[in-house]
Amino acid sequence: MNPMNVIIIGAGTAGCEAAYRLAKAGFTVELVEKECTPGGNLNNWFQLFPDRKQASALRQLLQQQVEHPSIRLHTDTVPVKIERQDARHYAMELDNGARLEGNALLVTTGFRTFDASRKEEYGYGIYENVITSVELENYFANRQILTSTGKRPERIGLIQCVGSRDEKMCNFHCSKVCCITAVKQAMELRELLPDAEILCFYMDMRMFGPGYEEMYREAQEKYNIKFVRGRLSEASENQAKQVVVKCEDTLVGKPMRMTLDLMVLMVGMEASDGSRWVAKELQLPLAPNGFIQPGDPHYATNRTAVEGVFVAGCATSPMNLTDTLTDARSAALAIGEFLNGNEHYN
Amino acid sequence: MNNIWGFTISSARVIDYDKNDRSFAQYMTDTVPSSQLCIGCGGCTATCTAGALTDFNIRKLQMLVKRGENREAGEQMHKCMLCGKCLLVCPRGVDTRRMIFAMLKYIDNQKL
Repeated sequence: MNPMNVIIIGAGTAGCEAAYRLAKAGFTVELVEKECTPGGNLNNWFQLFPDRKQASALRQLLQQQVEHPSIRLHTDTVPVKIERQDARHYAMELDNGARLEGNALLVTTGFRTFDASRKEEYGYGIYENVITSVELENYFANRQILTSTGKRPERIGLIQCVGSRDEKMCNFHCSKVCCITAVKQAMELRELLPDAEILCFYMDMRMFGPGYEEMYREAQEKYNIKFVRGRLSEASENQAKQVVVKCEDTLVGKPMRMTLDLMVLMVGMEASDGSRWVAKELQLPLAPNGFIQPGDPHYATNRTAVEGVFVAGCATSPMNLTDTLTDARSAALAIGEFLNGNEHYN
Repeated sequence: MNNIWGFTISSARVIDYDKNDRSFAQYMTDTVPSSQLCIGCGGCTATCTAGALTDFNIRKLQMLVKRGENREAGEQMHKCMLCGKCLLVCPRGVDTRRMIFAMLKYIDNQKL
């Protein structure tokens, strides 16, 4: 009997990990990726929290894993049509003309970062010294932080919840990882700029993961990062191309104004265009936040409303890398049970 | 300015972080490093003896100093009775009583 085949859409962290686990369990995998290399959003990151490991270490591991002989990687291509003949038979057409067949489908289409220019009052794309957290990772990779006028920034503000917890942006949800990302990036900034004043503007510090609260404490105590509780209301630019921000310091109960040399927007996560397309193609229900709705929040986190179609990673909700990897393994297990006909939950 | 018209101009309430003198805040950080660890939970204020009887708010007080609102902080400082209950409840281990001592000393020296 031919081994059963699983089609995975998206070779980011979740897709690569699930592909490897399925391959190790004896299945063959067709792994489809729109970019020319696997890795997804991980490719934009420099260091990871909470251990400050180089993102390239994890990236290389994932790339090695997908070299498994049972995994066929299709890069630089996207599906244009998915046909579900029945729960165990899928056919997929790719835009490069290839046709793939599989016995189960795993959706690991991940997230996209919020387009900060939609939040016009923060001036991204208008003011020169407003950048996103993704761009800051790039600066770290180059080990150089300079303002648009070529100065070393003396005061830097990191702005939380940009595109998250914001109904005006149609995003009700919390993106979960931006709080800890800001803490990590503030620490990295401190190492490059020992004399700069670094402030985080937050609504809540949601330190949900192991070691996160400890990192927050370390940022306060050893890295002298200042935390201001209050959501930024607006920003403007002065003649020196600095950014003047307004917020309320809600712990003092007064409005506050200050000038920043560099403003970093901690952009949130949204359902990716790929997730939206797959959901439409397969009629997968979406949660109110636009991410793919899993079958059950406890027992069927990797299943969807459509039998034989599975989901893992940030296609279902914002997740950190730890949870994404765990979720991918869990999906591999669920698919294995499904294909072997020994499912535990109905 | 003579108030001959019966009207005055209110001073702005906004914290002007660029202009405020934050040397008091720096002094507080240097002498009581644990003051940096405040997460603004308000446990100290809830248990405060002085706060039960007056509008004294120790959580807000140290935050005012951190933002350079020194005059307003200076007006409040003497209301603390140094009982130290705040010290017992603080989940982050901020040495609140020492913080108040340091602030009082600074204010004495600076005549704020």
